[in-house]
Amino acid sequence: MRSILHVARHVFRDSVRDKVLYSIVAFAVILMVSSFLIGQLTAGQDVKIIKDLGLAAMSLFGLFIAIFIGVGLVSREIERRSIYAVLAKPVRRHEFVIGKYFGLVGTLLANLAVMAIAYYLVLEYMRFTMPPGQFTVSPAVVDPRLSIGIGMIAAELAVVTAVAVFWSTFSSSAMLSAALTAGIWVAGQFGADLRNFDQVVKSPAAAALARGLYYLLPNFAAFDVKSQVVHGLPVGADYIVVTLLYGAAYVAMLLTAAVFIFSRRDFK
Amino acid sequence: MDAIRTEGLTKHYSVGFWRSRPYVALDGLDLQVSQGEVFGFLGPNGAGKTTTLKLLMQLIFPSSGRAEILGRPVGDVDVRRRIGYLPENPYFYDNLTAEELLTYFAALFGYPSHARAARASRMLDEVGIGAERRFQLRKYSKGMLQRVGLAQALLNDPEVVFLDEPMSGLDPMGRREVRDIILRLRDRGTTVFFSSHILGDAETLCSRVAIVAQGKLVAAGRVAEIVPFRIRGWDLIVTGLVRDQLDEFVVAGADVREIADGRYHVVLPEQATLESSVSRITALGGQLVSVNPVRDTLEDFFVARVRQAADREVG
Repeated sequence: MRSILHVARHVFRDSVRDKVLYSIVAFAVILMVSSFLIGQLTAGQDVKIIKDLGLAAMSLFGLFIAIFIGVGLVSREIERRSIYAVLAKPVRRHEFVIGKYFGLVGTLLANLAVMAIAYYLVLEYMRFTMPPGQFTVSPAVVDPRLSIGIGMIAAELAVVTAVAVFWSTFSSSAMLSAALTAGIWVAGQFGADLRNFDQVVKSPAAAALARGLYYLLPNFAAFDVKSQVVHGLPVGADYIVVTLLYGAAYVAMLLTAAVFIFSRRDFK
Repeated sequence: MDAIRTEGLTKHYSVGFWRSRPYVALDGLDLQVSQGEVFGFLGPNGAGKTTTLKLLMQLIFPSSGRAEILGRPVGDVDVRRRIGYLPENPYFYDNLTAEELLTYFAALFGYPSHARAARASRMLDEVGIGAERRFQLRKYSKGMLQRVGLAQALLNDPEVVFLDEPMSGLDPMGRREVRDIILRLRDRGTTVFFSSHILGDAETLCSRVAIVAQGKLVAAGRVAEIVPFRIRGWDLIVTGLVRDQLDEFVVAGADVREIADGRYHVVLPEQATLESSVSRITALGGQLVSVNPVRDTLEDFFVARVRQAADREVG
């Protein structure tokens, strides 16, 4: 257990200094700030546009970060041979994988926090510069419900990181792992379509395959509550809890599979 | 109890994409290394040295056979607390400093948090990493990374140290320092198992050696046992003579070459008498700069055995 903590702390320290991450976060922050300008072009809808674009930027750039750091788990460590010295230490392979995962999630959350702060600063500036009559705008400019949307993005990205970790445990190619993770993320956005595929196709085999994929692939669409929180619509506590539990179960399943593969792997 | 013991240790890999075929990286290796020994594991590139070390570190799993370290199966976490490992051409995390890296490894070894930094600092002192310890590892040269690799391998005061090509990438000063470290470890009673293709290192450091070629063990034993050290002649450096004065030695079968400015390299054949040759040079007015026996070296033995192994493979 202690080794997991040491590995996680080390991964956080190493990856949070990666210059590529700074570039991604900087780009996301620039996009959020520029959304303020885009909002100016659309009469009356500016607040919603800023809220929407900001959450979308967090989600998209968070996805880049999750894939980028997640696939680095094994492929980069093998490429650079840093894994040899670590695995010769008194650390079990499952401790290494789990520690890596939590370290990566920590890095992801730190980056997401920076983006969230930028997001709230833009919204706060928006509120500050608004004519006094619009203060009563509903939903509020700086709406606490937005944090639910950000929290769900974080949960979704934690699952994406687990997918990336899973692929990288048996593929030594970082590019391939990244492509597979991105593919799973795209497919996972269409969970509802896969479930209801039998309503649009006549072939029972295709419908069964789509239903099978629905159960197998992570349903990332379930984490997307952006439009609700932007428009001030309620998101049920039970929905949030069930979705988070679903995410946790999926992460546990992926990490179990990753540990199983990683524990038997030769590091040539 | 042996420090290291392998029995029939074998590793096959599948090579080829469509029609995979087995490639034998290591074939039935039997080895015993006693505690406190400095053991040289020698062989040309691709002989199976790194494969053996990876099997002993359980970075790869054997196809068959078994290996033990300090009487316990390899991979046992408790054994890993008592060993150190320097991988070949080590590389670590770019964004960490040497201090941070060693502190992290000290944590993995279970050192309490207050002792980790001091431990890391002591090991970096021992391998000669000074103020650079606060630089990120991305800024390190190959030789400096090798030193950091050595520091992390010795961090836990290991009972057995595995060093894969420890002299690789080091300048002459660095090589001497590593040799001194290995000798200090030997004096402390640490078992050192190091792979190398540089035979001079093995000759000066090892109590016993094993030679592998094409995945097979071709010889093992004390250096003095496997190499007969028969004297095959004498190697002299002579000064104060002109070329014509040395002709009589050429007639007697010696090889004479001018090095520079009246300094000559004279190789006397096996049958020549050293004493009479030295007397003659002195009588001619020459001075002897050095006298060395020409003998079979570990390198001669190594080349011969590796060639034999290659010939058997072809045959």
